[in-house]
Amino acid sequence: MNRRNRELLASPYFIWSIGFTVIPLIVILRYAFTTAGGTFTLENILAIGNAINRKAFLFSLEIALICTLLCVLLAYPLVMVVRRLHISRRAFMLFFLILPMWMNFILRLLAWQMILSSNGILNFILQAIGLKPLDIANTWAAIIIGVVYDYFPFMMLPIFNAIADIEEDVIEAAKDLGAGPLTVFTKVIFPLSIPGLKSGITIVFVPSMTSFVVADILGGGKLQLIGNIIEQEFTRSSNWNLGSGLSVALMVFVFISMAFTIKDDVVREEPELARVEGSDKPDRRERAA
Amino acid sequence: MNRMVRMATALGLAAVTALSVIGCGSVAGGGKQTLTVFNYSEYLDPDVIDQFTQETGIEIKYEEALTPEDMYTKYKAGAISYDLLCTADYMLKRLIEEGEAQPIDISSFENKDNIGQEYWDFSKAFDPENKYTVPHFWGTIGILYDTTKVHGEIDSWDVLFNGEYAGDIIMQNSIRDSFMITLKYLGYSLNTTDEAEIRAAYEALKAQKPDVEAYLVDEARDEVVAGNAAMAVVYSGEAYLGHQYNENLRYTVPKEGSNLWIDSWMVTKNCKNVEAAQKFLDFLCREDIAQKNFEYIYYSTPNEAVIANLSDEERADESLVPNMDAMQNCEVCVVTDEAATELMNELWKELKAN
Repeated sequence: MNRRNRELLASPYFIWSIGFTVIPLIVILRYAFTTAGGTFTLENILAIGNAINRKAFLFSLEIALICTLLCVLLAYPLVMVVRRLHISRRAFMLFFLILPMWMNFILRLLAWQMILSSNGILNFILQAIGLKPLDIANTWAAIIIGVVYDYFPFMMLPIFNAIADIEEDVIEAAKDLGAGPLTVFTKVIFPLSIPGLKSGITIVFVPSMTSFVVADILGGGKLQLIGNIIEQEFTRSSNWNLGSGLSVALMVFVFISMAFTIKDDVVREEPELARVEGSDKPDRRERAA
Repeated sequence: MNRMVRMATALGLAAVTALSVIGCGSVAGGGKQTLTVFNYSEYLDPDVIDQFTQETGIEIKYEEALTPEDMYTKYKAGAISYDLLCTADYMLKRLIEEGEAQPIDISSFENKDNIGQEYWDFSKAFDPENKYTVPHFWGTIGILYDTTKVHGEIDSWDVLFNGEYAGDIIMQNSIRDSFMITLKYLGYSLNTTDEAEIRAAYEALKAQKPDVEAYLVDEARDEVVAGNAAMAVVYSGEAYLGHQYNENLRYTVPKEGSNLWIDSWMVTKNCKNVEAAQKFLDFLCREDIAQKNFEYIYYSTPNEAVIANLSDEERADESLVPNMDAMQNCEVCVVTDEAATELMNELWKELKAN
């Protein structure tokens, strides 16, 4: 297949991005920098700094950071176990992980609500074994459980892909040179998994920061994330300008934080990775970036 | 070869799709009468539409939306020319004020008298001369409570604010609804535009927040059904369903009064075939049709012929047939004042930020 044909294959994606990313983005930017009357203003963007919005923003950041960290901490041990499994059981494990995603996201959250509520399944079990019931429903902790549950596969899968691609020989070599299991992990496996980790962070951090449904359903609508404020501006207050302004402020923040990861990746990781992974998979670095 | 086959299949499919689209167009434009009807989802028995077409030969194109705001946006966008729409009281007021409604000759309706006089009176809040709208369903906002978890009679909004049921209360996650009931609790009109009164309601909501288990919308009823909360602020229609799931539940409209809401039909100014539209509205008022819709939706019906057919037990259920005495203090929400709405939106964010 020649180069031109190959580029042609990307055209559906190209058309999709123009229609559903670029154009909406332009519309949002237009709203963000104008007043309801249509004159230019920076007020909508700067509104992120007022007390209520700032509080919601920082709370969202906190939730997103904790969620991302928990996902990472949960993903590595699981990946290390799954990696050692026979290929057929490995596929089964991954299938199991993805299975819940076949069900609607809102339904899964409602299921969590059932589990966590004060007369819910969790408290029923706790009381059955003689423990005190927990008051998790409609709290901060319930939101964390919801986002971690929802985004965990998006962290685990890229890390798994990165680690599964490490040649057994590389690990054997490290062991031959006297590295213990911990050193093998910290000096070989972890560094080689960083591209996967980075895509995982990108996919988990951003949506967990901007989600609002979890806060409404599991947080009982008592805790306000920046996503809730933006939603209110769009759906109930009909203030699309302010909603767009806050979205743009959030986007800028996300871009800045993502710029660090991407730049870092290209400069430092490239030569090493190319050597380890061999020349037959030249596109992996691009994907990770 | 393989590629040829696939190409042929794709072309074939494209041709079929194109033909079916053309087909649709020609039926609609072929001299038959059609009405484009816009309604909330699940707010009309689909059989009723088929029956109307069978009886009159008028085709119905049915469009749905979720909220009055969605409807307004879609209607105003103008991509589809709607002939009839059914929406909330305050939205009807806005549409009538904006000149979007077309007067209809309700006195010519054969089944006009099936709709009780009080409902025409309630409608005057947004349609003072009863010349634009025909009531579809109506109801109240009140307290759904679990009789096994409360002590004494629940007859006042006070139970939500006095701390007695701290941690056992579910409020509506809706700016307008939460403010409305709080304003009524404080003895103000729920249509107030007075800043001091709105701020007083905010202070009450703020003081109440620590006692609130959650602010929910659709799940509010389920939490009481499941026994996770002692009471919730819900719409009467939701309360009726809740009672079906858990017989310990009761619904009450507090004595301070509440919101009385009506969803009504109006004919838009774009409607070319007003006669057909009136025929449709008259048809909806007919006893057997109103009965079908009632059994499909189970909200309070303004159709007295249907109410007369209810069992005594059903008629005693306040969530199904509101007690007219309790309606004395109730108000229809008709406020369209932007400054007041904006203030409530701002205060709601402040409430949630606390």
